[in-house]
Amino acid sequence: MKLRICHLYPRELNIYADRGNIAVFRQRTGWRGIDCEVVEAGLDEAIDPDAHDLFYLGGGQDRDQALVAPDLVATKSDALHRAADSGAVVLAVCGGYQLAGHGYKATDSSALPGIGLIDADTVAGSDRLIGDLAIEVELDGELQRVVGYENHAGRTRLGPDVQPFGKVLAGAGNDSESGYEGAMRDRVIGTYLHGPLLPKNPWLADRLISWALQRRTGRVPELEPLADELEAKARQVAIGRAGRRSG
Amino acid sequence: MALSTMPSMRRLAYGIARAAGVASRRLGRGGGTSVPGAVLLRLRPNAIAELAGGLQDGAACISATNGKTTTARLLAECLEQDGTKVLANTAGANLGSGITTVLLARTDERFGLFEIDEAALPALADALRPRVIVLMNLFRDQLDRYGELETIADLWGNLVRDLPTETALVVNADDPGLAELGFGDREVLWFGVEDTRHALEDVPHAADARRCRRCGSGVVYDAPLLGHLGHWRCESCDLARARPVVAASRVDLDGVHGQDIVITTPHGEVRSRLALPGLHNAYNATAATAAAIALGIEPQVISPALSATAPAFGRAERVRLEAQDMLILLAKNPAGVNQNVRTLLLEDGPLDVMIGLNDRTADGQDVSWIWDVDYEPLIPRLRSLTLTGDRAYDLGLRFRYAGAADELIHTQPNLPLALDRATREAASGGTLFALPSYTAMLDLRQELVRRGVATEFWRDG
Repeated sequence: MKLRICHLYPRELNIYADRGNIAVFRQRTGWRGIDCEVVEAGLDEAIDPDAHDLFYLGGGQDRDQALVAPDLVATKSDALHRAADSGAVVLAVCGGYQLAGHGYKATDSSALPGIGLIDADTVAGSDRLIGDLAIEVELDGELQRVVGYENHAGRTRLGPDVQPFGKVLAGAGNDSESGYEGAMRDRVIGTYLHGPLLPKNPWLADRLISWALQRRTGRVPELEPLADELEAKARQVAIGRAGRRSG
Repeated sequence: MALSTMPSMRRLAYGIARAAGVASRRLGRGGGTSVPGAVLLRLRPNAIAELAGGLQDGAACISATNGKTTTARLLAECLEQDGTKVLANTAGANLGSGITTVLLARTDERFGLFEIDEAALPALADALRPRVIVLMNLFRDQLDRYGELETIADLWGNLVRDLPTETALVVNADDPGLAELGFGDREVLWFGVEDTRHALEDVPHAADARRCRRCGSGVVYDAPLLGHLGHWRCESCDLARARPVVAASRVDLDGVHGQDIVITTPHGEVRSRLALPGLHNAYNATAATAAAIALGIEPQVISPALSATAPAFGRAERVRLEAQDMLILLAKNPAGVNQNVRTLLLEDGPLDVMIGLNDRTADGQDVSWIWDVDYEPLIPRLRSLTLTGDRAYDLGLRFRYAGAADELIHTQPNLPLALDRATREAASGGTLFALPSYTAMLDLRQELVRRGVATEFWRDG
């Protein structure tokens, strides 16, 4: 069994410590004796939709987002659509979430193209939505709180072909109005949660690992439980912070 | 001038502001490093320019993500040894309110030396009209507060374009993020590090400014030196590192103890034994030297001044504890902490380390930056690791996912208890290395004062 990850644009899209999410995939497979392979794909590099079961797209600064957006459309969009349609996991965080949607419109009305993997539009707001964020997520019938930090100017509105990733418990989320955070279709997840996202949400990390392995083997793998005491404590602190932000 | 027509109003405003500072101290609301200035700026928004007019020999401003405080100390020492009495915001209050407070307390000082917050620099430089502005570096720091680095660089670009020609600009040639700010034909006193023996094998993974500011192509390095600082050039256009006029030509690092440095300048060589460790301090010393040269100070004055400069508050500050020494290395952003780690790795033998992380306003509330730090090389060298502060558990996760054994990771959010644990674990007669974020450093120092060891602070100088 091997978890096969494609890390998209690690050089350009890494502003909110995205590598922490990759470290979580590596360690949580490693601790269970499962192999993990991470292939990086940068600008101009084509990707094979069948060679990886989990695609990770992080967030970048404005200039890097502008550099990545057209490249994503030109060299990776088709492959990502094919992968997503055949059950691959795609995790897109912050700027990556925006580019996975239909695109991003800045305040000066310049625009970045997206790949439409997620039916969502993002328009820049006048201020940034910043702070700890806690949401409630339901995956495979299981309800869990997911926690992290958000820092984005974009306001994201979801179209009819996509579900929100979660319901905001405390914080702003997609647009600070809808009460929703992130977006989801099949096994594609877009979210504004960083911090990074996965170290404090091991339940979500294991779910993504399980989905990715399932795509390869055709059956749900048994992931043995890990001693996540530190994770639980760090989660509690962050949930407390998020609660204080809204009240 | 409007103020001369209203001298009594002006005096009244200044009087109220000073009284507010006294009240603040009496109420135990801190040392009053910002309160009088904040009050005065509300009463007289133009107060900084008014007060700065009293600095007959002018002013210098230093801004950077990393190194402001230490560089200001080094330059202050140069000025003092040159016979200039210096007014400086040494308490690190580097926004308008802090600088106004310092100006309000001026007695007979004729020169002002100010370290200034990156985002606050344009407005303050406009009011202070300094003779010299030192632009040192821009690294990722406090993303929740500043947004993105390019925003700051653009702000600095506007400042540079509007600057009077008589203001000398001292700029780090090794930071590609500071090239093309809009210098035009303006003369820039570039400084940098020439000693490529300290080159890294590669640029750290989350380095900033990897795109050319002129054409957007990639920046490549002949010698990456510190984060994204180094000997760089654009891979497609002709933008490249300017040849530094003031350059650290030889840097011999001596672990956590300090370094020997040779800095070439147009007026001769500066040779110093710094009590400040690490390549980041070589940059600070070179920046201070360049600023001193711009102010007309001679190398023979600069050399002993740099050697005589003691570490600043919490920056490689050494404290004697009961059974060992503690070396406090401020750890506030990835570039700074990577330098700390690099410096610790120069030490022999196993290391005892305590790391503190808070998420208060002055630290940055988004703690995701710890995932950009390369702690990994430190792990095999650790004898004990104590993690503390409001976000101790986040640090715990950082080390857990870096591959540290669970037995090594000790988390204790309560600082006094963490300090007890760390000193108990640390080797007797050795050194306990403390790497606190900004407010964790203030908490740590306060705890050391409470324990009565603060009076025994001693310094390498």
